[in-house]
Formats: sequence, structure tokens, C-alpha cells
Amino acid sequence: MRRRGAVSVDWMLVAAALLLSMYGVAIVYSAGQTDIPTFVTRIWRQQVLWFGLGLVGAFAVSRASIRLLEWVAIPLYVGTLLVLSYLLFFGGGSGTAEGTKSWIVIGGMKLGQPSELAKITVILMLGKVLAASKSPPKSLLDLWKPALVVGIPWMLIIGQPDLGTGIVFLGIFFAMLFWSGISWRLLLLLASPIVSLILGGVTQLWGSWFLLMLALVIWYKPYPWEGAVFVVANVFTGVVAQLIWDRLRPYQRARLLTFLDPSADPRRAGYQVIQSQVAIGSGGWFGKGYTDGTQKRLSFLPAQHTDFIFSVVGEELGFLGVTVALALFVVFFLRVVRVAERASDSFSSLVAFGLLSCWFTHVVVNVGMTLNLTPITGIPLPFFSYGGSFMLSTWIGIGIIIRIAHEGRGGRHASGMV
Amino acid sequence: MNFHPNDVVRRAQVTVYVGTGLVLVLLIAFFRAQIMGYREWVLKSETNRLREVPVAAPRGTIFDRNGKIIAENVVGYTVSVLAQSEDSLRSTLARVGAKVPLSQTQLNQSVRRYRSAPNRPTQIFGDASFEVVSVLEEHRVDFPSLIIQSGPKRHYPNGPAVAPFVGYTGDVTEGELAEARYAQYRAGQIVGKVGLEKEYEDRLHGREGSRFVEVDARGRVVREEGAQERKALQADSLLTNIDLDLQLHTAKLFGDSLVGGAVAMDPNTGAVLALYSAPSYDPNEFIGGVSFSYFEGLRNNPKRPLYNKAVQGAYPPGSTWKLATAILALQEEVITTESKMPQECTGFYYYGDRAWQCWEKAGHGKLTLLGAIAKSCNVYFYQLGLKLGLSRLVAGGVQLGFSKTTDIDLPEETRSRFPDRLAYFNERYGPRGWTQGAAALNMAIGQGDNAQTVVNMARFYSALATDGTAARPTIVHRRPERTRIMNLTSDQMRDLRAAMAGVTAEGGTAASAALTGVVLAGKTGTAQTSALVPGKKACDDAWFVGFAPADNPKIVVSVVLECGGHGYLAARVASEMIGKFLGVKPVLRILTEGDDN
Repeated sequence: MRRRGAVSVDWMLVAAALLLSMYGVAIVYSAGQTDIPTFVTRIWRQQVLWFGLGLVGAFAVSRASIRLLEWVAIPLYVGTLLVLSYLLFFGGGSGTAEGTKSWIVIGGMKLGQPSELAKITVILMLGKVLAASKSPPKSLLDLWKPALVVGIPWMLIIGQPDLGTGIVFLGIFFAMLFWSGISWRLLLLLASPIVSLILGGVTQLWGSWFLLMLALVIWYKPYPWEGAVFVVANVFTGVVAQLIWDRLRPYQRARLLTFLDPSADPRRAGYQVIQSQVAIGSGGWFGKGYTDGTQKRLSFLPAQHTDFIFSVVGEELGFLGVTVALALFVVFFLRVVRVAERASDSFSSLVAFGLLSCWFTHVVVNVGMTLNLTPITGIPLPFFSYGGSFMLSTWIGIGIIIRIAHEGRGGRHASGMV
Repeated sequence: MNFHPNDVVRRAQVTVYVGTGLVLVLLIAFFRAQIMGYREWVLKSETNRLREVPVAAPRGTIFDRNGKIIAENVVGYTVSVLAQSEDSLRSTLARVGAKVPLSQTQLNQSVRRYRSAPNRPTQIFGDASFEVVSVLEEHRVDFPSLIIQSGPKRHYPNGPAVAPFVGYTGDVTEGELAEARYAQYRAGQIVGKVGLEKEYEDRLHGREGSRFVEVDARGRVVREEGAQERKALQADSLLTNIDLDLQLHTAKLFGDSLVGGAVAMDPNTGAVLALYSAPSYDPNEFIGGVSFSYFEGLRNNPKRPLYNKAVQGAYPPGSTWKLATAILALQEEVITTESKMPQECTGFYYYGDRAWQCWEKAGHGKLTLLGAIAKSCNVYFYQLGLKLGLSRLVAGGVQLGFSKTTDIDLPEETRSRFPDRLAYFNERYGPRGWTQGAAALNMAIGQGDNAQTVVNMARFYSALATDGTAARPTIVHRRPERTRIMNLTSDQMRDLRAAMAGVTAEGGTAASAALTGVVLAGKTGTAQTSALVPGKKACDDAWFVGFAPADNPKIVVSVVLECGGHGYLAARVASEMIGKFLGVKPVLRILTEGDDN
């Protein structure tokens, strides 16, 4: 018997998310178990509370039809832009990012970080825009709408400044373009200036990349002005930015880096990464035992309850714990890909894929950061890092995924009902 | 988008390959670090050679309204040790103790510091003298784990005179670290403990810098990476409303003999011009760790120097509260300023089964309200209190702000004691333990269950000095906040101020406190507190609250003197303070010694 309004649930997906959340809360608890107790010792209770709120939020959202979500996308998006602009003037900082303006602060109370929820509303809006056209964007000109949808909130968030969330937005943008069926050549051209920026330091590498780009431009045969835009952009990010950077004095560079990301104080960041690597490396196969990490206990680990929480996993539960965590993430991601693939319409499909890309960027950048593979930008790890807004927004996203799965192929006939 | 099923399936495949591939890369990286690099990293975790040595940030300078320095930073020396274990710390301390004097207290303190932050350098001397530093530098080779740093040290040029509002700093305690407010602090850091230093900690603390030193497995400093240091940043200065000249003068007035508190503020803006509590203490003694003997001396002093008598001490306001009774009666239109009471003052008022006394045994005769204020006639106010009734006195008193704090920017401020509702009396004395009439009689003359802080009386009188709006007292400069607490006509306000001017005129209760060329308006009070404070010597506390010039007030002053006896003594202090601020001299005449209340 099926109750009215009941929603079929992809139990495998929900089980993976639940296990990850419980794993995360257990690690937040452990992160607080230091020789000298600090406020971190008690925050696991708040995290449990937010987890509970997240479950309620996910349940509520899964009751809302996708058409309703599509309908509220525009007002939510406009509201998000208003809140983000408000933050630029009245926002507050917190933790390692004391100087930023990412928190809503009312009467001294830190209420939350709207940029977490902004990720979801931007995904909804971008999904709506991309789904509206029958065919995927074919040239730069076709891209102005999606670029604007992501670009405005992106600027507002970079202005906070919050480079980490900015990177996540880029990940979402490129992933959703890819999912909309854009030609891979155009995607590559779009991403090329960023690659140029990274390779700009080494002349030979950048030179080869630039030749490759030129070949691609000629082969792809875009409009002449379009090709020119790409070439100029690559030259700028690869050569001019590098020249400017070289001319800066060390303190100016540090200031620029600190401006882009306040937590990325080079010396301090280096210290953090070394401590994180020491903690993870000394974990071995099975780790030092739950709550018994020596680096963590002595508070050598920086931000061990937020950005560097995965170092605690590595130190205390070893390679085994890391593998289990990453495997759970993979299961979770594969289920979400499946949902996006089987969605009933293009909007739902794009939204599911957007959420996937958002979480995936978070996981790769955060986990990579603990081993010095990716830049330290202060991106939290979904399900693990302590933080109310983030836990809540993650579970609201899962609620949306559940709904999309329900309305998609195979959903309504599944056995489990909630 | 292109939503053809075949294309979607193809893209999903690409996604799965790319995604799984990236996660595999991460997993391989972990394998390399945790399995292949295990031995190397374990060794590093055991020695953890890079130590972060914090570089203290200079706290923000605190200025008075004219740019004179209240709190600054001078160069001081700290000596700390990078210890691997408690045992190695103890042995280092023993060896250091053989070269320079090191007390048992300092030794225990260092061990405590080490336990609370084992991975930071443990501070031995927070403020080392030049002799200690030179002896240790001389034996540098014997102490390889010792770190001698010069750094900013808090200094208060006018120590004891400013201590009552500026407070002092000290090591953050474990208790404080557990509070959310200090979430970003680490053991070993300095925080404001009292006064402005604590209230504005967020603005004053600056940003700690750090440098990194490499130590060997036994904690000996191998190399200092000086170039890589992260600069400490000084916090912005704090601009206060304090008039340092007036503050110093106030401290001098109290001298070594008087005990009590004083607050001077601008009635129009709430700017606190001076705030003093006597006896005071020297905040400089607390910097770098207070010595046991100095602290015990303060704690055992019966005059309680660490107790802030301007914002913490609550004293029955006595006759200074008669103005509140008068305002409530005028507001309720029970009387006018010219009204007389049925019974003239003969020195007594019979109510219930006892005779309630007026301080003037000979009696004041028939008085109007204004006359009764100038002479501080109890018999008049007994009758006025009965007319008004207890419930209106209580509700009105709450309305005038007597049951609240002033929200002055000092963390020590306590709430004044005042019954916030009639039920209070039943709770305190039991339903049969009191009568409305007797309570009203007491309350009308500022006795009974009513104890006010010095600063709260200053706030109340700032409303009398202006148009009936009370200013929130602020020590640090900011936008004034005013709240209307009374509704009287401007004529009534003028009459009340004239009556208060009569207090310091010939024949008033504080005639000796008059100023040359400026009219001082105010009210004396003598509070009988002996019964309230257990163990306190039976004596009367003296009050004076007033403002000047009476026609256009620029300053309101509230003074209490513990065991000051007559209110006029407090008035003399207040008048000297006002005279200093307005640049006029008090008329030093000892005239009819008004024996108040």
C-alpha cells in the first residue's frame, strides 16, 4: 500500500550519507579530545543537533515537487544576491578568517554563512537557465546567461573574500556546462585561461600549452573574435599576470594572497600543511586509535575540527579509515550520478549533477589540501567539518536528490517509501 | 541542454571515470604518505622539530579625550623555555634558578603554564629585569632551550589613578579558554582581566605574530628562521572620554584616607569624564604576573581596593533619592512645586507605633516642596511618600531606572538593588512582616530596600540636568544614547534645579561646597548602611550627586564616601571635581555645617 505523498527513497544513497554523517560527528568529537580542553571539546553536541536539523530539512525538501523548486529558483536566487550584497557591508568574520565578511551577524550572534546556501540556489538557477534552451551553448555568445548567473554571486563571494567558495562555484559552473552537453573543445577553451594561470610559472610548460590551445582554436574554428578572446585571455593569465606577480615585492604578494584568502598566510599555511602531513603520515595502516592521535592531542594540528578534520581521520584511523571514508564518498557520488542520469527532465538532471559537482569539488580540494596536493583555501569537508550551515545545506541538497530520484526513472516503483 | 538518453549515459560514464580516477589519485597519495612514508613521518611526529614561537602583539594604546596616554606599551623582556617534557622543564628551571633568583611561586606558575600549552614556549619571566636578562645571556651556551625575547609590555603611566576604569591584563586562564568569547585564544596569551582592558579586549588585543625555530630531539634550539617571521600587528588605539587631568585630580582628592567612589560625566552625552574608586591599586604590578605578597596585601586590605566602589558597590542613596520621590509626585500630579504638607515639621512624624525622625531635631516648620528639597526635610517626604503610596513609588522607581544597570562599558558593573515589584516585599519579609505604609515612608527618603551604584545615581541626575532624558554612561568615545525617563514640564524642571541650587546656597545642607561664579545644583545624602553589610563598622556613608552650571549643566558628579559621615563631605569632593573641570575655584568657607538627614 502506498501512502499519499509518500516518496520512494534511494536507500543506498541515504545509507551512504547517513554513515558519512555519523562518521563525521564521531571525528568532530575526537577532534575536541585534546590534552587541554578548549571550546572544541563540546562542539560535537552542536554538530549532532545540526545533523538532526539537516535530516528534518532533507525530509521537508523531499516532499516538494521539482516543479516547485524550479518555480522558486528565481526568487531564491534574487534573495541570495541580496543577502550576499548585505554581507559585503555588514558581514562578520570567524576563526582563521577573522577579517572576512562571510557570516551574518545580528546583535553579536553569528547566525550562519549564507554562501553555503548560495551554492544550492545558484545550482537551481543555473539548472533553470541551461534547461531552458533546447541545445547546449555553442559559442561564447550563448554563454552570457549562464556566465552571469554564476558570475554575479561569484564576484560577491570573492569580495568577502572567500576564495574557497569561489573555487567551488567554478567547479559547479564547468561541471554543469559539461552535463548540458557543451562541446568538449569549447569547454577546454573556456578552462584554458585558468590552466594558463597555473602553468604560467614554467615557460616551457606554458609555451606547449599555448601552442596546443592555438591548434585547438584553429581546429574548432570559432568566430574570429571568439578565437581572439581566448588567445588574449591565455596570454594575459599566462604572461602578463606572471609579469605583474614577479614585479611585486614579497610583502605585496603576501598581501595579495591574504586578500584573496585570509587564511592563506604563506608561512602559517606552510606550517599547517607540515603538521597535517606529519599527522597523516604517522597514522600508518590502522592509525593511532580513535581519539588517541598524538599530534591532535597536543593541538599541533591546525583547525582540526574544520578545514583539517581529515588529518584526524588519517592520524587516528590510518589508511584503513581514509579508505573507508573515501569509499563511502565514492558510493554516495556514484548514486548521485545515477540519479542525474535517470532524472525525468533536463532541469532535475542538471540540478542533481550540479549538487554532485559541488560536493565533489569540496571533497577533492579539502582532502587534497591535507596532503599538500591542492591549495589551502579553507573549503570544508562535507559531512565531516564542523559547521552548522554547511551540514544543513548538504542535507537539504540530499533532500533535493531524493526527490529527483523519486520523480525520475525507476523512482516511483521502488519499494522503500517514506 | 542536450537531453538525449544516449548522450546522457555517455556523459555519466565520463563522469564516473574522471571522478573515480581523481579519488584513486587521492588514495594513492595517502598510501604513499601513510604506508610508504610511514617511518619518516613517525620520526617527525616524535620530534616535531618546527616549533612556533609566538610574538606578542602590542595592545592598542588607550588615550584620554585630549590625547594624553592612559595605557601604552613599553619594551619588556620575557624569558621562556622550549621544553620537551615536564621533567626537562623542571631541570632547566633548577639550573636557571642557580643563576638568577627564581621564587617557588614563579616555578609552580611555569609548570602550570607548561601543562596548559606544552607545544608553546613556557614563559618563566613575564617581565624580566635587565640584570636577569644579562646574566642569562652571559650563560647562553648553558641554556640552549631558552628563548629570550624583547616584546611589548603594558604600562600605565598613572597607574593607581586610572586603575578603577582601565583595569589590567594577565595570562589567559584555562577557565577563560573554555568560554566562547576566547575561542580564538591559546594558552600563554595575554588578555584584559578587568575594566576597559577586558571590555574592549576584542579591539585591543592586536594580532599575535610568530616566528619559527627548529629544535632538535632534546628541545634545543638549532636554528632560528628569523626571516620567515610573521609580524605582530598592534591594535588600533582606543579613544576614551576620560579627562585625565580631572581623573588625576579626583584621585588626589581621595588621597590615602578617603574610601569611596566617584563618577563625573557629561549629562548631555553620557561621556564619562572621570571614574574613580578609592583606595586604588597599581595595575602595573599585575603586568607579567602579580607577586603573591602584593596580591595578598590587596585581598586582605579591609578597604577592599579590588572592589570597584563606583560601579560595583551599591549604597542606600539616602536623601539623594528624595528627588525621585519629588519627580514621581509631580508626574502623578499628587502635588505641585508649591504644595505644603498637612503636618509641619517639628522634628518628628508619628506613624504606626513609632516616631519617625527628621535629621533636624528642632524641626523645619512649614515648607514647600522646593524648600523641603533644599533643607532635605524628612517629615515632608514621609507625608509625600504616604500620599504617593508604595506601589507608585516602586513602579515609578523602576521607570526611572533604579532597578537596572546603566550599561556603562565596564564588565564589573553590578545591578543596583531596588524592588522591581510589590511582591518583592512579601518574598523578602513574609506577608505579615511588613506594612505598606512603613515601607513607603522608608522608600520616600531613599532608605529601606534600595541600594544604588554611584554611576547609576550619576545617570539619574543627568536626566535632571537635561530635559528628563538619561544618558548612557560611556567611557570609550561613541555615539550618545539617551532615554527619556521622566515627563515634567520645563517649568517644573527649572524649579527642581533651583531647589537643588539651594542646597549649596547659604543655609543649604552643603553650603560649604559652593563654587565661585558658578551655581552648583545637587543633593546631599547620608546613608545608614551599617545594618546591611555584615561585619562593617557602624557608620554612615556620605553621598552627593550634583551638576553645574545649574542653568546649563556641563558636568554631573556622583560621589560616595564610605563612613564619610555627613553628606557635605562628599559635596566638598564633588565641588572640587566640578571646579577643576570648569576652571573655577570652590568657595572655601566652612559655614553652617548642614547636618543632613
